[in-house]
Amino acid sequence: MNINVTLIAQIIAFVTLLWFVNRVLWNPMNDLLAARQKRIADGLAAADKGKHDLELAEKRAKEHLMEAKSQAAEILAQAEKRGNEIVEEAKEKARTEGERQLAAAKAEIEQEANRAREQLRGKVAAVAAAGAGRILGREVDEKAHADLLKDLVGQI
Amino acid sequence: MSGSSDGGGTVAYIQHHLTNLCVGDCDPVTHKAAGFWALHLDTVFFSVMLGILMIVVSARMGRNLATGTPGGFQNFVEMIIDFVSGQVKDTFPGHNPIIAPLALTIFVWVWLMNFMDLIPVDLLPMIASGVLGIEYLKVVPTTDLNTTLAMSLTVFALIIYYNFKIKGAAGYLKMFLFHPFGKFFVPVNIVMSVIEELAKPLSLALRLFGNLFAGELVFLLIALIGGTMAVGLGALIWFPLQVVLDLGWLIFHLLVITLQAFIFMVLTIVYLAMAHTEDH
Repeated sequence: MNINVTLIAQIIAFVTLLWFVNRVLWNPMNDLLAARQKRIADGLAAADKGKHDLELAEKRAKEHLMEAKSQAAEILAQAEKRGNEIVEEAKEKARTEGERQLAAAKAEIEQEANRAREQLRGKVAAVAAAGAGRILGREVDEKAHADLLKDLVGQI
Repeated sequence: MSGSSDGGGTVAYIQHHLTNLCVGDCDPVTHKAAGFWALHLDTVFFSVMLGILMIVVSARMGRNLATGTPGGFQNFVEMIIDFVSGQVKDTFPGHNPIIAPLALTIFVWVWLMNFMDLIPVDLLPMIASGVLGIEYLKVVPTTDLNTTLAMSLTVFALIIYYNFKIKGAAGYLKMFLFHPFGKFFVPVNIVMSVIEELAKPLSLALRLFGNLFAGELVFLLIALIGGTMAVGLGALIWFPLQVVLDLGWLIFHLLVITLQAFIFMVLTIVYLAMAHTEDH
């Protein structure tokens, strides 16, 4: 064996190299790998959080949708009810209007009839007087028989 | 490459390749280290260059790290770092910020030094002798026991340090006294524990050294097939054989160097994990 001062030189070289590797290679790389690990972990956590958020949002959206649906149904029901009401109101109005018109027509008819009757009454008195004059062969004095004529007209 | 076909040439070729570029207290004839104060310049040079390569590449990459989508090379580095920290997490109890960078350094550095083995055995020595006039060059730092022992002794120092730190001096001593056979075999226990502790750095260093040394030797032998036996028409047979064998060993060795780097790393983690556990 030839062990000599090379051994010492190599020990010094080895220890120096160890120091350098630790400083130049190991520490930066280790920091880098740790940083990357952290980044990946953070990324995964963020992804999880995103997924969770998405779930929450979906749930919320579903709730909103349900609410909107029920609201729509309610509005629809209200509208239907209001529509029915309007129809009912319209019907009622139409009926009362019809009745009113009917009554007005009836009143007018009656008025007309009354007026015709009044006219007729006037005429009947004259006709009766004339007819009676003819029958009696003389002129009937309307004034003299006013009570009679009036009674006659009243009978019509 | 030695052109002569006699056995001496072959031995010389291998010997030449296994001789470090020695400065200081070296044998002037064999160029081997003669005393402690000899420095294997090639070992230090290549290991330090590879270390600098690691630092420069990391620093350049570190300047524009992408948090989001890393590019090709950063991806590759992240893969290695993930792999190493995965090993540490699986094996090491608790938390110690030095373990993972240590494991990473060992894995990458050892792998890079081992990788020098896959460069054609004669390429760099030829360049060195041809261009720079350097006669001896052993390019694979891990085929030098000094390198592997340097790493394993550093790890051993850490093992002892953490044993003292975690178990305390008394706890560590108790491990030597009462492990593995209980309190009635204290002398045996001491011997066993000392052997066990010393075996850790030795086995780490020798395993890596042995594997890479043997691998290098096989590459040299394969290189010799074409070099020493290719005379005339024989080259038609030997040269293709050398190419095929070299490729095969290259592919196999690619697994070996990775495996050895991995083993060194894992055993380092395991030994340090043992130092960190109270109950041995």
